[in-house]
Amino acid sequence: MMRLIALLALRELRSLFAMPSTWFVLAVLQFIFAWFFLARLEAFLEIQPQLAQLANAPGVTATVAASLFNTVALLLMMLVPMFTMRVIAEERRNQTFTLLLSAPLSGRHIVLGKFFGLLVFLLVLMTGVPLMLYTLALGTHLDHGLMLSNLLGLLLLTASYIAVGLYVSSLTTQPIIAAIGALAVLVGLWLADIGSTREDSPWHLISPLNHFQNFNAGLLDSSDAAFFVLFTAVFLLLTMKRLHNNRIYG
Amino acid sequence: MSNATPEITLSARNLTRRFGNQPVIHDVSLQLKRGEVLGLLGHNGAGKTTTLQMLTGCLLPNGGTIEICGIDLLHSPTLAKAHIGYLPETPPLYRELSVNDYLTFAARLRGMKSAKVAAALTNTRQRCGLEAVGKKIIGTLSKGYQQRVGIAQAIIHDPAVIVLDEPTVGLDPTQIREIRTLIRELGDAHSVILSTHLLGEVQSVCDRVEIMQHGKLIYGDTSARMQQFGQVSGFIISLRNPPALSELESLPGIGGIEQISATQFRVLHAPDNNPSGALLSLAEQRGWQLEQLTPLQATLEDVFVKITDEKNTERATT
Repeated sequence: MMRLIALLALRELRSLFAMPSTWFVLAVLQFIFAWFFLARLEAFLEIQPQLAQLANAPGVTATVAASLFNTVALLLMMLVPMFTMRVIAEERRNQTFTLLLSAPLSGRHIVLGKFFGLLVFLLVLMTGVPLMLYTLALGTHLDHGLMLSNLLGLLLLTASYIAVGLYVSSLTTQPIIAAIGALAVLVGLWLADIGSTREDSPWHLISPLNHFQNFNAGLLDSSDAAFFVLFTAVFLLLTMKRLHNNRIYG
Repeated sequence: MSNATPEITLSARNLTRRFGNQPVIHDVSLQLKRGEVLGLLGHNGAGKTTTLQMLTGCLLPNGGTIEICGIDLLHSPTLAKAHIGYLPETPPLYRELSVNDYLTFAARLRGMKSAKVAAALTNTRQRCGLEAVGKKIIGTLSKGYQQRVGIAQAIIHDPAVIVLDEPTVGLDPTQIREIRTLIRELGDAHSVILSTHLLGEVQSVCDRVEIMQHGKLIYGDTSARMQQFGQVSGFIISLRNPPALSELESLPGIGGIEQISATQFRVLHAPDNNPSGALLSLAEQRGWQLEQLTPLQATLEDVFVKITDEKNTERATT
């Protein structure tokens, strides 16, 4: 079981890194992350004298790191569909999916293999962010707790986005439709969340980005973590179901 | 079950399949023995690909059973599929990977131990003529090489049943000959089932043939026997200085004669009474100046048309 999932995940990574476009996207994103980081840092240095006069002022971790993580979380909404669109939709269109269907695997292996492959890839893609932030430790003191809760939140958020992307990708054989579809779901959840003003609106409850806010502020709430695990599991199960249905309905 | 590989490697009974309300496969039963190459012959849209997809577990049938080496494919798919190698119509190639990486992945995917993969890789590359291109990226290879990589992934784990969907489509004549030789070799140790709409392919590689039309198997026999099925007794004779048609017609043993051109005649005769010898000596005596004598050969095309027509008229009368 684990061996096959690892094999499929590695294949996914190998294919991704064999494509020049992946390296291009990686390079451009590092540039964008660095840009945001420097912009935040500059803003922090400008207001630092005023902050120094406040009692209990937010530190560098809260002002630079947390806001950078928040930006990354927003960017992920657009990034994840770009990578998930390929994994099932394009494989079905290129007919490579037949190799997996005729191999001694179950839908579980296929879905989990792709999920972990993409998760590892997106984590690699984002490693630049904490590395940049930890350079601040050379000159100042960082709040490691806040950093860790943000990193954990980002990991869970990425997992939930990948699960949505995989499911949408399994519904179609057109990669572009898969990308736009996943983007529509993720942006839709976000817009419904920020658009509803009532405090107890159910839209807040089902929006991944809303649950990320607590992690972003350094609050570790087990209900947020449980939400992400459930959200991810539901979409992964739906994807497995969908793959099974493909064998029935052709 | 004994450890020795069972004699019958693939057995499908009463397969049916619908797409929506439209039935595409009716009651198809197939059996395949070890060391046998079975050709599934039919026009485009006859249901060959759908049948092969069901045999490889890519598509679930609506009814019927499939056993691979005695294991039920529908109840224990992962166990049964380990014995199958499948080359679909479009080879399932990850174009961005190198040939070696791809074949290694294919072998591991079928549960091969990593220690055995290296030897299997060398062996398979040699069998499929891929020694020189191991490090090349699949997307940069020509169509013929890609097809070979497709076959290589289907045989690298040494499966009992090899399923090939139109393996020679889009290849040039030399490549077709090479691939056919390879399939013939594979047929010695494994069971091979291949689909094709080329009659020559069945003639040159298959031991047995099943003809498929409108989702049904309409004829099954050895391919040698199928050739005899529609045998025509006759020949085409070219004479540079031909006599009148009536003179030839009146010769003994000639069942029918037809003038094709000024110098060519198609001669039909009874199967047990070939007048060509007598005709040759007459031609010499009377100065007809024989140019050429070609026996009429019943091609599989004739057989195929004959069988499908027969079925069509049968259906029309009932």
